[in-house]
Formats: sequence, C-alpha cells, structure tokens
Amino acid sequence: MKLTDISSDINEWFDGSGPLADIVISSRIRLARNLAGYKFLIRCSVAEKSEILKKLKSVLMSLELGDKIFYISVDKAAALDKHFLVERHLISRHHAFGKGPRGVVIAQRESFTAMINEEDHLRIQVLKAGCQLSGCLEQINRIDDMIEQKLDYAFSPRYGYLTACPTNLGTGIRVSVMLHLPALKMIGQIGKFFKATRDMNLAVRGLFGEGTEAAGDFYQLSNQVTLGILEADIVRQFENTIIPEIVEYENAARNQLLASQIDVLDDKISRAMALLKNAQLISSQEALFLLSHLRLGINMHEHLGATTPAIERLYTLVGPADDAERSGGLSITTINRLFMLTLPAHLQLNYGRPLDTTHRDALRAKIIRSALNS
Amino acid sequence: MQCQICNKSEATIHLTEIADGVRTEMHICEHCAAEQGIAVKSQMPINELLSSLLASQPSDEQMLGAMDKELSCPQCGFTLEQFRKEAVLGCGYDYELFEKSLLPLIEKAHNGQTSHCGKIPSKTPTDTKKQIELLNLRQQLDSAVQAEDYELAAKLRDKIMKRGK
Repeated sequence: MKLTDISSDINEWFDGSGPLADIVISSRIRLARNLAGYKFLIRCSVAEKSEILKKLKSVLMSLELGDKIFYISVDKAAALDKHFLVERHLISRHHAFGKGPRGVVIAQRESFTAMINEEDHLRIQVLKAGCQLSGCLEQINRIDDMIEQKLDYAFSPRYGYLTACPTNLGTGIRVSVMLHLPALKMIGQIGKFFKATRDMNLAVRGLFGEGTEAAGDFYQLSNQVTLGILEADIVRQFENTIIPEIVEYENAARNQLLASQIDVLDDKISRAMALLKNAQLISSQEALFLLSHLRLGINMHEHLGATTPAIERLYTLVGPADDAERSGGLSITTINRLFMLTLPAHLQLNYGRPLDTTHRDALRAKIIRSALNS
Repeated sequence: MQCQICNKSEATIHLTEIADGVRTEMHICEHCAAEQGIAVKSQMPINELLSSLLASQPSDEQMLGAMDKELSCPQCGFTLEQFRKEAVLGCGYDYELFEKSLLPLIEKAHNGQTSHCGKIPSKTPTDTKKQIELLNLRQQLDSAVQAEDYELAAKLRDKIMKRGK
C-alpha cells in the first residue's frame, strides 16, 4: 500500500459522522506500553531498538486487524511522507522526526495505528468519528489483549504499566477528543473553555498546525492523570461531565449568535465565502480559519435551523463532482475534505512532488475555488 | 584552667595552632583574647547556635538527593541527573531504584495518586492479580462514595469483604 492510496481522501474519523459530530469531531484513545526485559528507548542501542521493532512489528502484523494492514518504516520514509503521516494524525511529530529504527502499523482504515519506538516501545491508538470514547476503549482493549497474549509488557503491581515518562505511568492511557469551537471564539468566550479545562486538570492543544496553536478553532482535549484511576472512569468523566459541559458552552454560544448576533454570523460566513471563492493565493492557516466559518454556518443551519443570506448561498452551491451529497448544497464532508486535503503535505503528495510555499498557496486556492464554484 | 597570659582569670578560649608541623596550644581568658585581637563572641544565642549546627548537617532530602545523585542504575546505567535532563527514565527498574526521589513528582503529576488501579496484564500471577483487583475495588468504592452512589458503594463493599477473606 502506498500513501497516495489514502492521501486523496479524508480518513474515517474525520468524515463528519458519529454522535455530536457538529462539535466533537472525533474521539481518540492511546495506550503506552513497553516490553518487559528491555531498557526504555533512551538507553537502547540501535541494535536493541531494531530488535524491539522487529519483535513488535511481527506481532502486530500477525494480528487479525482486517485485511488492509500496512507498515511504514518511519526512519526510512521521505520527509514529505513523514509530514503527511503527522498531518493525518497517524504518527506524532516526535515519532516522525525522532531517531533510530522506528515504524508505524496502520490498520482498519486508519482507525488503528501502532507507533513502534516512539517515546515508549509501543503506542497504540484508536480513532473514531464523533463522540465515541467507549467504543474506542473497547476496541483498544481488545487489541491490547491480543498483543499481550504474544509478549510480556513491563508492568509493576504498584505502578502499573511502566512508561519511559512518569507522566504516562499506570494505565498509560491518553483519552482525547477533538473539538470544533468556532462560536465560543466568535463571541469572545473561548476563555471560558480554557478555564473549564484548567479546573478539570485537562491538557488542551490545537488539532491542526504546530504546537498549541488552534488553527480553524479545532482543539484537542486530553486527560493528564494516568495513575490511580480506572481507564473506564476516565472515559466516563469525559462522556458524562467534560464533553457535555463543553458542548453546552459551544451550543450556548451558537444560540447567542443566533438570537442576538445573526449579522455577525452572516458577515463572517459572507467574508469567508468571498475570500475562499476568489483568492488566488491562500495559506494553510487562512484556509483553516475561513473554512471553520463555513463549517459553523452549515452546522448551525442543520442543528439549530439558522438561516441567513450567506447560509442560503452555501446551500445553492452544488458541491464538487465527487461529493456524494452534492445535491444538498455544500456538505460538512466537503468542508472536512477541504480542511484536510489542503494541508501542506497532503497538497504536495497529491500533486506528486514537493512545492514551495507560493506554489502550495496557489494550488490550495485553486482546489478550494473549484470546490466552491462548481 | 587559668589564663596563660594574665594568670588570673579562667581560660575559656582554647586555641590550637599548627605551624610548620609544630602544634602549639593556647588557653586564655576572654579579656586577654580581646587584647590579642582575637575576636570572640562571648555568648551565642541558643537559637543561632542550633540553626548554625543544623545548617552544617544536610537535611534528609539533601542527603537523599546526594545519595540518589551518585546512584547509577545497575540495569541501564541511568542516573537521576540524566532523568532531570531528559525527563524520561532508562528502564522499568529506575522506578524502584529512584522511588523516593520520583515519588513527589509522580504524586504531583497524578493528582496525589501513587499506585495503579486499572487494567492488569492477563498473564499476571493470580496472587498479584487479586491484590490489584482489591485495590481497584477500593478505588471504585471511594469514587462511588464521593459521587454519593451508596447503592453501588454497598455492592462494592460486599465484593471487597468477599475477596478479602
């Protein structure tokens, strides 16, 4: 399997489906594990890392994870491929640009990935569209059990699963949800979200772009405590308390826009449309920022019945020829596809060769124009 | 003992000097010491004395730090100094070896928690498994009580009693 086989479309967890998908884009759970009898990676020689990689790769490739399971040798991958894997959330930046023998196993239409020799020997993750954390936990536990049947994990009765960094100790679990919070940002209340996350001891970072920057109003929210708490309890906290609270904030902000700031919403969507339909050069950051407003417009129309002249214009668009929902105007799937396919590495991989920034900006603008003007 | 200079007052200052390998001792009174230009504080308050004594003795934490600083893991060769630099450990045994130094950090990172409750590898020996399961149940009981779910708490308490037998 080649990366270009998947680069021309969005992955399953970003297809706009799943519960609460207008706000909760996707759910993700990852487990950090190390093999018993081996040092942690920082103290491993290249030969030892190769041995771990070989062992884990062979176990993972032998699992019954469906027919489309493939392996990428990250240390040997081209720079563009590494950027693509990071953009696609299949590997971490740390894994892409780390050192030594390392790889990634991808299966189940990108909903399962296993990074070998990242910070820990093994990091497995399951991603699902919308709010589906319980489903993620069930699936990842099943795969973790299958792996554990074939090898021994480093485990201590006192500290649980032993991880290279004490911050992952115990369950080794990281539960995350990707959220789209444009209305909170628009009405100037995103601080409320940050305060809530601080109070609940959660980590926040941007979903796209580098570092903590939340391009396109996409945020990733994760637990920080991994020791002394049951995996199921962390998931329950997210499902019963954290997600409902944040969703309520964003919905209240959307309702406020609808009730008293409809002109602001209409203006934002109109401006976004005008720029996206006409720009000849557009940066990745600007595209994410503007597409975020279109996504908000469509979701507010579909979930809250919002109608403004700009939203009506969105529905007169027929959508691109390859959009299955083209008859209903611009769909969330189309917007999501534009979000992902116009990211720098996606653009270049689909174009067939590396491009400089100006050429990327021109190509991005062209793809967006053709999707919105067709 | 009388002052070696005035031969009158009691000698309260005892000086030992070693020059060119020759050791000489001097026993003098405070008055003569002052005249000789030897500065002596006649009385040191007790609290000052204690604190100066304590300052010369390393605290438990300093001793531990110093001890751990010199420790190097027999399995991976890692030291605490390297952990401070890299923020990751060298092997699973480091958790045991550097436990006292790591524990405050673990506690801080995990909201005061210092022991695992949650998934256990299925290959774990039965006795160990039982112990961890009991820990898990106690943890669940605490959560149930905190959430005021007394029905669940009662069920969990019964389970704990049964397993504890």
